Amino acid sequence: MTNQWRDLKNSDVVLVCGANPSENHPASMFHINKARDERGAKLIVVDPRFTRTASTAEIYAPLRSGTDIAFYGGLMNYVMENNLYHEEYVVNFTNASFLIDEGFQGPVDLDGYYSGFNAETQSYDKSTWAYQTNGDGNVLRDETLQDPSCVYQLLKKHYARYTIEMVESVCGMPRDKFLEVAQAFAATGAPEKTGTIMYAMGGTQHTVGTQNVRALAMVQLLLGNTGRPGGGVNALRGESNVQGSTDMAILFHIIPAYMATPNAAKHKDLAEYLEKETPSGGYWVNKPKFLVSLLKAWWGESATARNDFAFDYLPKISGGIDTYAWIAMFHAINEGTVKGLWVMGQNPAVGGPNARFEKKALEKLDWMVVQEIAPTATTDFWRAPDVDPASIQTEVFLLPAADAMEKEGTIVTSGRLIQYRPKVAEPPGQAMGDIEMMDLIYRDLAKLYEAEGGALPEAVLGLNWSHGADFEKICQEINGYWTEEVTDDDGNVVGTAGEMVANFTKLKDDGSTACGNWIYSGYWVPADDGDGNMVTASKRRGQKDPGDLGMNPYWGFSWPVNRRIIYNRCSADSKGNPWSEDKALIWWDAAEEKWTGYDVPDFSKTKGPGDAGFNDPFIMLPEGKGRIFGVRNEGPFPEHYEPLESPVTNALSSVQFNPVVKRWDVDSGQDVGDNIGTSDQFPIVCSTYRLCEHWQAGGMSVWLPWLAETQPETFVEMSPELAQEKGIANGERVIVSSARGEIEVVAMVTARFKPFAVNGKTVHQVGIPWHFSWQGLAKGGTANFLTPHVGDGNTGIPEYKAFLVDVRKAV
Amino acid sequence: MANAMLIDESRCMACRGCQVACKQWNDNPAEETHNWGSYENPPELSAITWTKIKFTEKKEGDEVKWLFLKQGCMHCTEASCEAVCPTGAISHQGQYVLVDQEWCIGCGYCVAACPFDAIHSIFESEDGGEQKATARKCVFCVDRTTNDLPPACVKTCPANALGWGDRDAMLAKAKERVGVLQASGFPKANLYGEHELGGLHRLYVLVDRPSAYGLPDAPKHATSTVGAQWLSGIVTAGVVAAVPFWLLFKRQRAKEASEGGEGQ
Repeated sequence: MTNQWRDLKNSDVVLVCGANPSENHPASMFHINKARDERGAKLIVVDPRFTRTASTAEIYAPLRSGTDIAFYGGLMNYVMENNLYHEEYVVNFTNASFLIDEGFQGPVDLDGYYSGFNAETQSYDKSTWAYQTNGDGNVLRDETLQDPSCVYQLLKKHYARYTIEMVESVCGMPRDKFLEVAQAFAATGAPEKTGTIMYAMGGTQHTVGTQNVRALAMVQLLLGNTGRPGGGVNALRGESNVQGSTDMAILFHIIPAYMATPNAAKHKDLAEYLEKETPSGGYWVNKPKFLVSLLKAWWGESATARNDFAFDYLPKISGGIDTYAWIAMFHAINEGTVKGLWVMGQNPAVGGPNARFEKKALEKLDWMVVQEIAPTATTDFWRAPDVDPASIQTEVFLLPAADAMEKEGTIVTSGRLIQYRPKVAEPPGQAMGDIEMMDLIYRDLAKLYEAEGGALPEAVLGLNWSHGADFEKICQEINGYWTEEVTDDDGNVVGTAGEMVANFTKLKDDGSTACGNWIYSGYWVPADDGDGNMVTASKRRGQKDPGDLGMNPYWGFSWPVNRRIIYNRCSADSKGNPWSEDKALIWWDAAEEKWTGYDVPDFSKTKGPGDAGFNDPFIMLPEGKGRIFGVRNEGPFPEHYEPLESPVTNALSSVQFNPVVKRWDVDSGQDVGDNIGTSDQFPIVCSTYRLCEHWQAGGMSVWLPWLAETQPETFVEMSPELAQEKGIANGERVIVSSARGEIEVVAMVTARFKPFAVNGKTVHQVGIPWHFSWQGLAKGGTANFLTPHVGDGNTGIPEYKAFLVDVRKAV
Repeated sequence: MANAMLIDESRCMACRGCQVACKQWNDNPAEETHNWGSYENPPELSAITWTKIKFTEKKEGDEVKWLFLKQGCMHCTEASCEAVCPTGAISHQGQYVLVDQEWCIGCGYCVAACPFDAIHSIFESEDGGEQKATARKCVFCVDRTTNDLPPACVKTCPANALGWGDRDAMLAKAKERVGVLQASGFPKANLYGEHELGGLHRLYVLVDRPSAYGLPDAPKHATSTVGAQWLSGIVTAGVVAAVPFWLLFKRQRAKEASEGGEGQ
């Protein structure tokens, strides 16, 4: 989230697309309802099905799964055609006025492709997707937005094809519904209004997931909604601490706090890494300080200037998503390249795409370790109903884990708010927390390396493990500390060895500071709770809310530096004044010559009107402007492509699906394989989703009787029209099949699903909740037995939300 | 002054946090259910399910509506269950209609009489001893509400759809909300419970007429029908004859139990 949960109350229009907050983020409805009660805000829900969120919304508009870009493109076209964009914001704070290379061409010119496509490698040469610069390297701009090469004109040309008729025909969204949504949301282009867009996995889990999010972020830039109270690009994270685990680098391509994982071919040493990964402008120029401090945190005294601060000890990757992301990993397991798997609170046999394939791949492992709180289809894959345990050679180790309530820790909300959580109960039996487990494992590993040597033992033995399993010390390391006494130019002591640093502005690239995660820096130092008490920042529970905007700066700690809304320079106009009184967040105080207000400015505090970069709010980017034109693997503007499995041909170009996605087809044709279906066999669009009553792949909820009672088993929702066509009655058992497999579930026939009219053709859609398996009190067919093994072109996130199935009555 | 629960169905999103919180606070076990083609489960209120969300789908022209109703005991001022209870175990006290389990003989007459199907009887035993039928229902979390805490369901509602407080204040709030809804595209919005059965202590803000949710538009007091009065008379006669024996027996058992306790 660029904003906070509590900030939703400041919104004039809440657009929910690709999310279902009533069911999956119910607490957010408190804040949305506040906006409706206090500001008369409207709630708009755009979704393939009429959800529990839609049931209380002012406007509901249906959209066929996998057509978000057509919808957002239509919205942008509507905004530009009717001059409803926020002009002062767009001209000053975005790259709309930047001129693009003369050689750049787009889907309008090249029938669905951008310039530079290489059909053989299925990738783009992006050299024409660049700004025009003068001799000094400065970007050429046209602030009138009239130059045909400027981003605004290119955008206008690109989305001119996304007419109301096109939206209706591609998305299956009735014209009057689209207009109702467009009028309501475009109204937030008025300077004094803001609208928020809330999205979740409905937006991201597509072969064009990254571009879906780009599209909605572009809408928010055009309407001047980002960086302002009640606005923003707001991802509702799929688990309560996914934000925290992402910050801590759960994904293969980053190390903590969003720095690239070193690559063996690209980064032979620290100098080369820093040279290639440090941009010339924007706040990331400080990357060397953050990386060296991270290396010092991990390797302590073993990290010195002489050994590149132990840079060589960091594992290096040698590929991208097609080598390391989830789907690739399971192919490597299936092929026998990966022989051991350590699973920490994950359940691929239920949650993985093409889960039948992934479950089968587990059988190829030599060993598997699982840290879990309850039996799942993964912990017990070797004794699943369709498996003969005697035929499985995999050695499985189950480490009983403590539940979140049974261990001390911090949890980071979608809004980047870090909150301390105490242990409230002892874990049962032999179960223990992750920190304790890792500590024991490290100590045994270190003993082995000490006794037997092995490859690069110093990387393990040299680790700074002085924190052991001490939670307090680990938090101090993440916060960052001085490794030695440091004095300033006047000889004053600024930090003593072991003392925590105040925040990341203190970090150095000379080894005198250590910091486990620079964006969290400051979260563990004492801070005012608003009543004059100094409390560890993340443990604060101060209720004061200066400005009454729900910023609550004395509650917990929001990274970075307790900033509640990022890019908040945008909350003031090009002169530094608030756009409106009721949404004044930060502003330029001319008398005091500094930025002031109710949030920590995301900007240099003393940079005033007339200073260079006064209107460059996006400080993490070298150009300082919000990127309406922004390079991704499949292009700088999102273009509609159909999902890999789709019942229709692409109406916008002859490029059927995202041209840069990796196709996995090693096992195609086999019963358990990477099969892709076609609409003649599988004519129905299917989407998977979660229920309010269960949690993810079920480990935490399907064993709870009170929850099992409310949602006892898997079901498939379908329209009465489809049910009639197939001769299916409500409550009957049916078989849902895809090219990957089939499952038996209960049919729920409901008017909340409606057939789509797509390009004159009737397209049916069904939906299945994915929590269930043979394990638990609540159980049933596993929806992911049906989903395909294909991922997004930039991140590899699987396409769980749009694929093809057929439905028949179970005999 | 009596309190009341205010249920704003225009705000309810059927997350069913209330349903689970009720079971948890009141230590009620789960029911075994299966999906019957609906999100709704258990299908009915019961002696171990005191509140639940009823899901109703409704087509209005081309549009679909999904109505959610938080069901449970209405704690009626003119409570049919109280009127038909032959032992006087059920009483109306302030905002509560409560069943005194000491006096309940599990005759089930209240079960038949309730116009909202909110009270049910169950066979159960205390400490594994002899089984006895008793009538169970929502008690407005009397152990919480007599200690200045809201009922568990109200406490847990994330949508702010539930309120608890002085009945007049809740009525005022409900009327204001109905006004807002009527002015903003819900012409059928109405308040349910102000006058029904002498005034309910569960007040509803509805966006459609009560029967669209499955509520009786005009609930009737059980003893207002002749048949019920007759039935009541017959059952009462039988019960009145039986009660002294049962009480004697119960007292004897309690005495034995307490003597046994002293011996340990």
